[in-house]
Amino acid sequence: MGDCHGCANSIATLPPPGAGTAARRHIVAIVGPPNSGKSTLFNRLTGLRQKVANFPGVTVEHRMGRVKLEPGREVFVVDLPGVYSLTPRTEDERVTHDVLSGNMKGIPRPDAVLLILDSTNLSRHLVLAAPVLSLGLPTLVILNMADDLKSRGGELNAAELAMQLGSPVALVSASKGLGVEKVIQFLSGATLGAAPKAPLIQLPVIQDIPKCRAWATSVGNKTGYHAPAPPLWTRRLDAVFLHPIAGPAVFLVVVVAVFWTILFGADPLMNAVDAARIASGNWIGSHLANEAVRSLVVDGVWSGVGSVIKFLPQILLLFLFIGVLEDSGYLARAALIADRTMSRFGLQGKSFIPLLSAYACAVPAIMSTRTIESKRDRIATILIAPLMTCSARLPVYVLIIETFIRREPVFGFARVLALLALYALGFVAAILTARLLKSTVLRSSRSSFMLEMPPYRWPTLRSLGLRLVDRSKVFLRRAGTVILAVAVVLWVLAHLPLAGGKPPVIEQSIAGKIGHAFEPAIAPLGFNWKIGIGLITSLAARETMVSSLATIYGIQGSEGLEHSPGLQDALRHDLTLGGAVALLVFFAFAMQCMSTTAVVRRETGGWFWPAAQFAYMTGLAYVCAFAANRIVMIWA
Amino acid sequence: MHSTFKKRSSKAKNLTELRPGEAGVLEKLDLPDDDAQRLMEMGFIPGHSITRGLSAPGGDPRVFRVDGSEVALRRETARRLILR
Repeated sequence: MGDCHGCANSIATLPPPGAGTAARRHIVAIVGPPNSGKSTLFNRLTGLRQKVANFPGVTVEHRMGRVKLEPGREVFVVDLPGVYSLTPRTEDERVTHDVLSGNMKGIPRPDAVLLILDSTNLSRHLVLAAPVLSLGLPTLVILNMADDLKSRGGELNAAELAMQLGSPVALVSASKGLGVEKVIQFLSGATLGAAPKAPLIQLPVIQDIPKCRAWATSVGNKTGYHAPAPPLWTRRLDAVFLHPIAGPAVFLVVVVAVFWTILFGADPLMNAVDAARIASGNWIGSHLANEAVRSLVVDGVWSGVGSVIKFLPQILLLFLFIGVLEDSGYLARAALIADRTMSRFGLQGKSFIPLLSAYACAVPAIMSTRTIESKRDRIATILIAPLMTCSARLPVYVLIIETFIRREPVFGFARVLALLALYALGFVAAILTARLLKSTVLRSSRSSFMLEMPPYRWPTLRSLGLRLVDRSKVFLRRAGTVILAVAVVLWVLAHLPLAGGKPPVIEQSIAGKIGHAFEPAIAPLGFNWKIGIGLITSLAARETMVSSLATIYGIQGSEGLEHSPGLQDALRHDLTLGGAVALLVFFAFAMQCMSTTAVVRRETGGWFWPAAQFAYMTGLAYVCAFAANRIVMIWA
Repeated sequence: MHSTFKKRSSKAKNLTELRPGEAGVLEKLDLPDDDAQRLMEMGFIPGHSITRGLSAPGGDPRVFRVDGSEVALRRETARRLILR
């Protein structure tokens, strides 16, 4: 981990183009079509020494990593988006084109290129070789999945292909690590300072795809390329997974399994994290003599940050699931099966898994929209994902429902029903919003949906592990920064100004005054100033509402605050039934999550969409909460 | 037999008319330039053979085998790919 930290810093400060050649870092770009195994090779080369970053001004992200060569030498490898051509039409293609031609701000022109192609589908993938080789950069043509090619009876003369292309060729299996030493060897040689040379071979006009394809066929023929037999196991598995009856059944099982994991499966782990947090908080508390410091550390920092870290097991399990689905190739089939239903709401099959993930947390859901190539569909999915009932809403829902629906047998059922209604409410709002967006600002042609079905493969532990490490880092950084800051600020505001050396009663504190100032705005919804303080703090993260209310009502922080009778009594005293319903509706719709807003900004490349999303959701929440309060008041 | 012949002569056959496992040769892509380019990059090049594969439940989208890979297309798209 320490090593990795260092690399993150050093990558962030890439030297400007043209910096002194002696100390200059060498950059090598990995280019290849989608499903060619680019990321697998990148992971294989860099391991944990990698970092995700965005190019300035575009939404396309790329990964950078260090490859260690012989002692004391290393090169930086940048994993560019998967493209079929370098014609700058989509943003992915433009980024790849600009980086390779040295026109991308913030990154010097690469010293060399690793062109990775799927050897089992070489004739089609060779089409990309024409524009890449014509750049004149030293290029290693990597023919990936060489093990598959062989086992399925394909053939290829690599030496002859190298002659035909005028570039070295390496047969590799990135997932098994076979032939990777040839890549390292090339990196070592290419970055020693060999001057770039113009290509020696005749290349076709690169804009004309049929001509490029014909050129690829002729190159393939000259090098004795025999395409392998169709992947037998993929055909067999598809006969089940895309069977008219078995297919949807498997799909349903997968969906239920993901749901179950999010809602129940992660429970023991989450409780364990919570118990560890409480125990360690008590232990720390017992070692802090000063009461104010103890209160800040235990009630402020520890319970604030801990309430978020609690979700880590759930999010990791979810990512493990998605990782297995994606790496095995099933995700493409799931997207195919879901496409028809999703298209009714103006979305497409690939939106399905992100939206399902959003039931755990919108942050990983939004990150997983990267698989959607259509930019409009992707933005629509990002915009509606936070309306799905994420697990951070659950403690608030449980608190309010348990407070206002009595425990008697009949009402026990009513509690479950109320919770389900809230899940349905979020879902309906999401699909209606999707329809609205897709029929107005994000309208796109229905014919732009095309989905490649990759052959099934075994997911590797290595790539699954790297995913989980990556996601944990993102998540813990959030807990360590945003949530920590909010917890500390709220604690300070609730404990100042000191009156006679003692913290004031909440009403006299700065937080209390802010709450009072805020009260007129939320009184129409049926909320008083105390709820107001909770709402303000929950703008950072929904689940802080419960611990904030506990702080405000002076309830001692203990296990499972949402079930605390003291807190429930206090709320019953302060909230009418209308106010309670309004509060639930508000939480169902409002955009109360800084991390989501931050990730939306990162993924959409600007403040426009996160601002629009915040305004829309919070506006919707206000109006609907107001209506709910009025309706309940009239009806009750 | 007769009706099939009539249908073919009156209107060009498109991808949606392929039965599972049946193959046809692509004549042209009647689509906006961007979509056509993307499809060509995925292997839908005039003169190439396309085989109908499996489909999602309900028959839409459908999978087509083309140039060594499998690509799923919606009905709206498949209808615009005209066969010889």
